[in-house]
Amino acid sequence: MDEIQRTLLKEVADLDALPVGAYNIRANGAAAGRNSTANIEIVPKEDKPGIEIYIKPGTKKESVHIPVIITQTGLTDLVYNDFYIGEDCDVTIIAGCGIHNCGGELSQHDGIHTFYIGKNSKLRYVEKHYGSGDEVSKRVMNPTTIVHLDEGANMEMETTQIAGIDDTDRRTEGDLKAGAMLVVKEKILTTGVQKAKTYFNVDLNGEGCSANIISRSVAKENSWQHFDSRINGNAPCAGHSECDSIIMDHGCVTASPQLTANDIDASLIHEAAIGKIAGEQLMKLMTLGLTEKEAEEQIVNGFLK
Amino acid sequence: MLELKNVGFVADGEVEILKDVSLTINERFVAITGPNGGGKSTLAKLIAGIYEPTSGQILLDGVDITHMSITDRAKLGVSYAFQQPVRFKGLQVRDLIRLAAGRKITITEACNYLSEVGLCARDYIDREVNASLSGGELKRIEIAMVLARGTKLSVFDEPEAGIDLWSFQNLIHVFEKMYEETRGSILIISHQERILNIADKIVVIRDGEVTKYGTRDEILPELLESADAGNVACDVLTQKIK
Ligand SMILES: Nc1ncnc2c1ncn2[C@@H]1O[C@H](COP(=O)(O)OP(=O)(O)OP(=O)(O)O)[C@@H](O)[C@H]1O
Ligand SMILES: [Mg+2]
Repeated sequence: MDEIQRTLLKEVADLDALPVGAYNIRANGAAAGRNSTANIEIVPKEDKPGIEIYIKPGTKKESVHIPVIITQTGLTDLVYNDFYIGEDCDVTIIAGCGIHNCGGELSQHDGIHTFYIGKNSKLRYVEKHYGSGDEVSKRVMNPTTIVHLDEGANMEMETTQIAGIDDTDRRTEGDLKAGAMLVVKEKILTTGVQKAKTYFNVDLNGEGCSANIISRSVAKENSWQHFDSRINGNAPCAGHSECDSIIMDHGCVTASPQLTANDIDASLIHEAAIGKIAGEQLMKLMTLGLTEKEAEEQIVNGFLK
Repeated sequence: MLELKNVGFVADGEVEILKDVSLTINERFVAITGPNGGGKSTLAKLIAGIYEPTSGQILLDGVDITHMSITDRAKLGVSYAFQQPVRFKGLQVRDLIRLAAGRKITITEACNYLSEVGLCARDYIDREVNASLSGGELKRIEIAMVLARGTKLSVFDEPEAGIDLWSFQNLIHVFEKMYEETRGSILIISHQERILNIADKIVVIRDGEVTKYGTRDEILPELLESADAGNVACDVLTQKIK
């Protein structure tokens, strides 16, 4: 692994060395390292690119790292990763994709991740997207995440994409059985002429299940973002989505939330706010001695922290 | 020394809010009081650079700051605790204290500023300065930021508003301590007798004009008298209670 690949790995998975526990590292479309443990088995798919990850019931306090890095220009990488998480687990999965591209052609990673989360299991899923390189070489990422939560299962998904990616089309779909809970925290920053589209569809099918989708985003310069969420309450359940965006320069954000209640006891809420940084926030920080530019930076960093 | 020379401020090109305000503030502790809408906060904003005067001049230690930016004034040593503190989604209390201090400070240092304003530091240092903080908590954090800056001129806009009765005395101590420990001047906008009581000098602003300016002993008795006289309804009530 070279220096650039190491930097990418550090950015997306916070790894300086090989991780502890189970891992699968994919570099330029091929496997670059894999490790299974007593409780977590990683096997390559036979019919298509990707892996299957099996986590034994009752596995607690273990983690899986599955970073993907691309440094080859002109590469389009498509993977299917399926996660089978047994009952009563408590695990963390750290995914992430870093593309370094300055070869002039488009590099792209499309990851299709499907999760089957067993009864009463708890999963924390962290996904970070990072891009570097020059301005002409495009970097594209289209992640699809499909989650099936069994009774009492609990998933917290944190996704971050801070600049560097020219085009992204994110899709997140979920269905929940009774008592299950899904929390999604998404952070997106776009600059230049970047485009980011994010789509959520969550079916709340079981009694007492709940979903909370929180998206915070900043669109700078001439970038463009589209937030589209659909929460369907098909049982007595609670759904909440929140899209909070700051636009700067000529940034553009569309938020189109949709709530559907199919059950009299479905309680669904959506909040959306789009606007520039409040003048009084800038002023307050300027009275602390920051320049307007520094104040903006602090406000944006804090907002996406 | 802060000097205002014939300062006027017209908002949106038509509403005259301050008229020909001249003041020389040389004392360490000066209180500004006066009726609601009189122009006190406007004056504070002119000093901090949030508004620019439409006429007149403002000097800080002889330096003309009339048209200086908010940032440059802050760097020169002006601090301003807002009447209505600003909330920030995502920024934590520790971030604001660090930005106020203008350098990397330890958690212990940041906590000390919070403790001074009566906040149990451990509970607050990691809190987001968002809508979840109560009004009184926010006011205290606003004061802590000015303490962390420790500049030569600190302007507080109704710092006592929203601070509970039990903490009021502690707040007075904060200002007394600040008075003793720093060498700067403190300018407090307040409606509270107990704060006016510790001021060296008192300014009264009414209808955009300075109507009184003098030592506490000159101004306070008059003020209290006129306040009592104007309080007919209250009189009736006291009679009833008797
Ligand atoms: N930007 C503005 N545009 C128009 N009118 C304004 C503006 N700012 C302040 N005013 C008006 O100027 C007057 C003085 O306001 P200011 O906030 O300075 O009063 P204050 O003395 O601080 O009052 P309080 O004791 O209620 O805080 C008020 O009548 C207010 O409505
Ligand atoms: Mg005021």
